[in-house]
This record gives sequence, C-alpha cells and structure tokens, in this order.
Amino acid sequence: MPGQFEPLPGGGAAVALDDVEISIIRSLAVQLLELIGPGPGGDAPSDPLAELFAEGPSEPPADPVLHRLFPDAYSDPEKAPDSPAQAEERRAHSAEFRRFTENDLRAGKRENALAVIRSLDALAPVDEGSAVLKLSPEESRRWLGSLNDLRLAIGSRLEIADDDDTELLYQLPDEDPRKPMVMAYLWLGGLQETLVSTLMS
Amino acid sequence: MGTVTSPAPVEIERTESAEDAFAVPEPDVPWVTIVHNDPVNLMSYVTYVFQTYFGYSKDKANKLMLDVHHKGRAVVSSGTREEMERDVQAMHGYGLWATLQQDRK
Repeated sequence: MPGQFEPLPGGGAAVALDDVEISIIRSLAVQLLELIGPGPGGDAPSDPLAELFAEGPSEPPADPVLHRLFPDAYSDPEKAPDSPAQAEERRAHSAEFRRFTENDLRAGKRENALAVIRSLDALAPVDEGSAVLKLSPEESRRWLGSLNDLRLAIGSRLEIADDDDTELLYQLPDEDPRKPMVMAYLWLGGLQETLVSTLMS
Repeated sequence: MGTVTSPAPVEIERTESAEDAFAVPEPDVPWVTIVHNDPVNLMSYVTYVFQTYFGYSKDKANKLMLDVHHKGRAVVSSGTREEMERDVQAMHGYGLWATLQQDRK
C-alpha cells in the first residue's frame, strides 16, 4: 500500500515510495538537519576531545521549532512560578540542564535525520519512478524519531497549538498557502502511525 | 489543572550521611517527570515511547498516554533528581514535551 509501512517478516518495515515522495522526505530531512545544525557554538570543533567536553547553550533557542524540539526542562507550562525567586530558580535549572544535554540531543536528532537521508539515497528504483524502502529494526527506530521531529517542526511552523488547530487544518481551502505543508504533515503522520504499529506488533 | 492520577511514586530510601545532613538545603522530597499534552505527537507513538523507554506494560503505557491526552499531563516516573533529569532528556530525545519538578504535595 502506498504511504503505509508494513512489517517485514523477521523484523523491520517496508514502504513503497514514488520519486516525488522520496524527494519530499529527503528535502524535509535536509532542512531539519540544517536547522538543528551543529548548535549555536558554530562549527563543530575539529578536536574530538574538545567536542566531548564542550558545553551546550544555556539560553533557549529563539527559533520556535528548535524551542519545541529542545524545551525547558524545569518550567511547568500549567503552573506559573509562585514568586520571582521561584521563576529565577526554574530559569537557572533549565539553563543548567540545557548546557549539559542540548548538544547530545541535537546530535541524536542529527543522526536520525542522517539515517533517513542515507537510506533514501541507497534506494534502487524497482519501477519507473518508484522504489520500495526496506528498513531494519534499527533503521525503523531512527526513522520513527525523525518522522516525529519533522512533524513537530512542521506543526510548529503551522502554529498547531491545540487539537482544534489540527481540525482547522483539515478544512483549509486549496488556495491557502499553507495547504502543501498541511498535506505533507498529514501524510507524514500516516507514515509514522503505520511505522509505529510495525514496531509494536 | 494540576491534579494528576498516577501510579504511586516509588519511594527511594536514602540514608543521609552526617555530611549530607549539614549540606542539605532542600527537603528530601522525590522528584517526578511530567509529560505534557501536545497536539502533534501521535497517541500510538506516545504509548510506544512509554513502553520502550520505561519498559511499562501496554496497559500502563496506554493509561498514562490517555492521562496525558485527556488531563493535559501525567507523572510518568519518579525518583532522584538525577534520575528524572535522565528521563526528561530521554523524553526530549523522543520529541515528547517533558519537565521535572519536586513532588511537593
């Protein structure tokens, strides 16, 4: 079935993709990779030891997509701080958490996006303009993570803040400039949903 | 909001050494990891993450996912602050929106 992952005997998953679908996923994964980047520290240090000990940022990313991918760890969205002192404490703890985790988190998401790009680039066309993507269980997990990151990124760009927003997107008229991104978002959701079920079966 | 039904937190017994007793400015209250609802993450994916990362049964993972979905949040684990920071980092790795806090009643 097009647009749906199916489990492979012995583990892993497969999906048939046409050229357009392949190029859409690839281009979105490349954009995600560029957005996540090596982090605000600029170019990755050439010394692997220096990289190992490099501290991450302490300030939250300004880009809303990055802020969603790397949220504050100590700020409860439903409970405002009781006092300025508590607000400051949460901010300081979030900053410290970010310093010690964000680089690793960025690296993990980069690896997943790279795995997606690599498996697409290794595809051999079976038919004119289409191919069957076969993923090992390990590749399936990386794809799952990256499909989720892509949907979070697109969802953030589309400003989907609650379930009602998702409903509205279904009703967008064809001429709405957000329509292509919405179509991609929903299609990736179908891919992710079927990929999850192959991993849980 | 803020009332959360969740599995009873695992109490971790810690014997305070004499040195600790002098250095502790915070009460020895367990920390919790909270996962918040968001409209993007698929329900099946959230259940998958709870099963895969925490090793919860399908039923428990599903119940926690439904709590997140309907109540807006659920306590998914409890323990020391260091353990909860690990869990929150893992949740962020999966793309779930998680925070940690001390479980003050």
